[in-house]
Amino acid sequence: MKVYADNAATTAVSKEVVDAMLPCFTKIYGNPSSVHTIGQEAAIELEAARSTIGKCLNAEPRELFFTSGGTEADNWAIQNAAIIGAKKNKRHIISSRFEHHAVLHTLNKLEKQGFEIQLLEVYSEGLVRPEDLQAALREDTALVTIMYANNEIGTIQPIPLLGKICRDHGVIFHTDAVQAVGHLPIDVKEQFIDMLSLSAHKFHGPKGVGALYCRKGIPLNVFIEGGAQERGKRGGTENIPSIVGMAAALEQISRKMEQNSDKVFALQNTLIEALSAVPHSRLNGNREKRLPGIVNFCFEGIEGEAMLLMLDALGICASSGSACTSGSLDPSHVLLALGLPHEIAHGSLRMSFSEYNSKEEVDYIIEKLPPIIQRLRSMSPVWEKIERGE
Amino acid sequence: MAYSKIVMDHFENPRNVGKIMDADGIGEVGNAVCGDIMKIYLKIDNDTISDVKFNTFGCGAAIAASSMTTELIKGKTVDQALQLTNKAVMEALDGLPPVKHHCSVLAEEAVKAAIDDYYKKHDNKEVCGASTGCTCK
Ligand SMILES: Cc1ncc(COP(=O)(O)O)c(C=O)c1O
Ligand code: FES
Repeated sequence: MKVYADNAATTAVSKEVVDAMLPCFTKIYGNPSSVHTIGQEAAIELEAARSTIGKCLNAEPRELFFTSGGTEADNWAIQNAAIIGAKKNKRHIISSRFEHHAVLHTLNKLEKQGFEIQLLEVYSEGLVRPEDLQAALREDTALVTIMYANNEIGTIQPIPLLGKICRDHGVIFHTDAVQAVGHLPIDVKEQFIDMLSLSAHKFHGPKGVGALYCRKGIPLNVFIEGGAQERGKRGGTENIPSIVGMAAALEQISRKMEQNSDKVFALQNTLIEALSAVPHSRLNGNREKRLPGIVNFCFEGIEGEAMLLMLDALGICASSGSACTSGSLDPSHVLLALGLPHEIAHGSLRMSFSEYNSKEEVDYIIEKLPPIIQRLRSMSPVWEKIERGE
Repeated sequence: MAYSKIVMDHFENPRNVGKIMDADGIGEVGNAVCGDIMKIYLKIDNDTISDVKFNTFGCGAAIAASSMTTELIKGKTVDQALQLTNKAVMEALDGLPPVKHHCSVLAEEAVKAAIDDYYKKHDNKEVCGASTGCTCK
């Protein structure tokens, strides 16, 4: 059996999405900037996609800017807010300890340029506390950027509360919603979101395309110099097939959001229940406030990469936050932010599901994973100590 | 990350996993770099390694390197085993990705630590440059 349990990394493109994209390669191949008919057909597709995505988020089409993905949208949103802030002498930025590197590395860069970066705690549950944000806000705060849902452990942040606090303070609120869009109901107006990043490949759209939502009234600086595309903010001929595919994917998944969510939650619950029975295991992140699809466990005494290799040999694709898989010296910053010791963070396993997964697949994981854990533990000197109670 | 066929074979079918209850030398080394731990047990008769077992907490490369190391030193004299380098372990494994080189260093250190422990227990001799950090040579 082949089980793809890594949907938080990326998803399969759906058949309907491919069907929507194909004509954009061979029939509607024009450049939307061209005056002629073929170009204008492409322009119509482009704007239709923008309005479809707008509807799914309750945003105006003109508030959406297409990008090359989530990373670019994060870079753009944060650097933009920094430029606006610096003009008013505001150089304080608030974020959280477990953001995606697209956010954290951009913030590191700004720190070197003289910005003061304050990362809020996420505690053992993996949740930002609104009162912490309230206490952190200052006169010179230029931006608050907090992810909608975490990509490693799946915890959902209290976005409407955080957004309201920022709105009341007149501070720009950005959220990296890459893991949330298409999986959770998002209404940028009701949830007080000023800026939002999304990426198509997390909801069965193509890779390399995403969007930045920027609320009317928030000045947006040019991110890529060039032509007049994206209202002059991001030059370069638009990636029409991918943008059309992204809109089709979001429309499709939004229509079935509740149904998908019920199905995927059921898979998650089955898996969490079964794996909780493994001794010295722990579910990472709050049990309730989580995305339907992401399950992240730590198994003490073993290392994640070894687990991944054994799972892969049995056809199960998953991921881990162990240092050994990252090529870096430390295990995942997300798991460390939860307060997990390095040794335990090494034994993490993330399995992430979509509506394409089945109960049979989860049962297969439940059958195959515990013996792998047992086998690795049987050869682990760390497990030996744990068993002896040291 | 692509591992060689030999690495995957030693990872999937590790040789000499386990413990030796009446070991003559035990070496446990940890690599602070990524928090992995390797433990090697030696049985030594007439200066020859007659049996060797390992326990490892670590990635696929660390497990494969431990397994290969036990094969490389089994039946060898203590002096021969002391000559084992991480490079030899890597070569025997048909290479390791650059980020995994330290896993083979760990294997070399584990052998030295185990022999060091054997010397300490038996004739109080210390191994030069072993995990004790001795720099007498
Ligand atoms: C939370 C989060 N932000 C940003 C990204 C980056 O998105 P992309 O791969 O489209 O650049 C990802 C996914 O990799 C993510 O999970
Ligand atoms: S044990 Fe971590 S890289 Fe080998």
